[in-house]
Amino acid sequence: MELHELTLKEQLEGLKNLNFSSVELTDHYLKRIKAIDPDINSYITVTEELALSQAKEADTRYNNNNPLDLDGIPLAHKDIFCTENILTTCGSKMLSDFIAPYSSTVVSKFIEKGTVMLGKTNMDEFAMGSSNETSYFGPVKNPWNKEYVPGGSSGGSAACVAARLAPAATATDTGGSIRQPAALCGLTGIKPTYGRVSRYGMIAFASSLDQGGVLTRSAEDAAILMNTMSGYDPKDSTSLNVDVPDFTQEIDKPISGIKIGLPIEFFDQEMPDFVRKATNEAIDVFKELGAEIKEISFPNIDLSLPVYYVLAPAECSANLSRYDGVRYGYRCEAPKDIEDLYMRTREEGFGSEVKRRILIGTYALSAGFYDAYYLKAQKCRRLIANDFQEAFNSVDVILSPTTPGTSFKAGEKTNDPIEMYLQDIFTIPANLAGLPGISFPCGSHKDLPLGLQLVGNSLQEGKLLMAAHHFQKTTNWHKKMPKV
Amino acid sequence: MSLSDKELKEIAYLARINIDKKDFPALKAELDQILNLFDKLNSADTDEVEAMSHPLNLSQPTRKDEVTESDQRSKLQASAPLVQSGLFLVPKVIEGEN
Repeated sequence: MELHELTLKEQLEGLKNLNFSSVELTDHYLKRIKAIDPDINSYITVTEELALSQAKEADTRYNNNNPLDLDGIPLAHKDIFCTENILTTCGSKMLSDFIAPYSSTVVSKFIEKGTVMLGKTNMDEFAMGSSNETSYFGPVKNPWNKEYVPGGSSGGSAACVAARLAPAATATDTGGSIRQPAALCGLTGIKPTYGRVSRYGMIAFASSLDQGGVLTRSAEDAAILMNTMSGYDPKDSTSLNVDVPDFTQEIDKPISGIKIGLPIEFFDQEMPDFVRKATNEAIDVFKELGAEIKEISFPNIDLSLPVYYVLAPAECSANLSRYDGVRYGYRCEAPKDIEDLYMRTREEGFGSEVKRRILIGTYALSAGFYDAYYLKAQKCRRLIANDFQEAFNSVDVILSPTTPGTSFKAGEKTNDPIEMYLQDIFTIPANLAGLPGISFPCGSHKDLPLGLQLVGNSLQEGKLLMAAHHFQKTTNWHKKMPKV
Repeated sequence: MSLSDKELKEIAYLARINIDKKDFPALKAELDQILNLFDKLNSADTDEVEAMSHPLNLSQPTRKDEVTESDQRSKLQASAPLVQSGLFLVPKVIEGEN
């Protein structure tokens, strides 16, 4: 078996047993990236020198018998996480030369545990998109079929793990940006509870919704990484000061007796028969594992999309006001005055989807419209959160498809924003309520993967990982690998 | 709901994004489509509902007003487009002679 075929857990065992070194493992990935990534475009930056020096240090610690928890494991980081002295672009022309002066807490934590940074992954510009076609650094291709999109916004992270160009990658999720690409690329992706993982140094899009997580090949691997990335961070004022369980223990808890809710209104949405079929087959797997299946009501699902597309753009219009061409980032040529500097810098530095969302957000927050849009959306947001709380009175987790279909062809939805936004119809509600969600492979159609989503109550990531882990012990969907 | 040219111009100015006149029709059509999506919000009865501004209904904690970071001006300014003597350079903003 080749090194890239091993899961992260197996690689960690191999390193511990000195079956191979971190330099060998890292070098294997770097060679694979050079050979395969030009066709996929999953990395914006490959940090070859840094990776090899980190790998050497890890090997020294192994040889001295004092390795760190994740010593020598290569990882890719979404280019939304600031990495000190390394290019951090957020997929935008605006930050195409930005060398971050500090590291995000997530990246720092992974470095402290001995991981090796392979590079920074491609993404939709400022995490706004569901197909990874809005990146300034070019579209990412789906390793399962290069005419298709990998999903977004964490499309580079998903494509690189699916193509085995990294064993796992960090990612972020504002409306589905971890779970949707996980589904479209055949991976396991977890969006933790809002506040579980520090957002310090994670470039902001919509601050009341953004949350960091991981894309991996199994729930087991996700549990290992969640142990490192979770936890209180005084540098993030929205970070939760609560205990973090050992997720690698949580996943082995028994599944029997778990109550799984099926939200009737989710299944009323338009979706092809093969999605229903794969979902029903997954439900049967859970039944056999001893789960109790129960229909629940989620009456306000139709409000999710409009609520999200008021609140996320409103928050983005405020967050992205920092890109002014003065303190960092792109600046237009020869500005004639300060107004011209702002206006042209932002015209030239942002792509069309980002501009569209800033304009919508500015409109929703402008005088005369604030109550009708922003305040109304915040009230509707509570109705959605209430639907979840009502549901969690009778079930442990809520099951649905992750997306209304498999991946779609590049260019197919780029001219129709609403069609693109509908990609996230099942994933957005969890962000609005700040709840954890996981997607994992449950089938395929025409050789393209399909994902199943579970949403849990606040801080119940352990339950989600446990359910996914038991599912993966009896199914093989997560083991399938694209030919690249 | 449809935006007028005047409204689009105002929003673009508030957002400080220059927009070419020739892009107005296409952009207005896209924005109208998104704004129409919002009409659905009116179907919800929210008279008795409190706005939700934080997903966990928590308030922001404050910390002691103490200096915790050291001065890193030159490092932080390294990514600035134009700097001189530790200052950010911008076109002249104060009206005056010459």
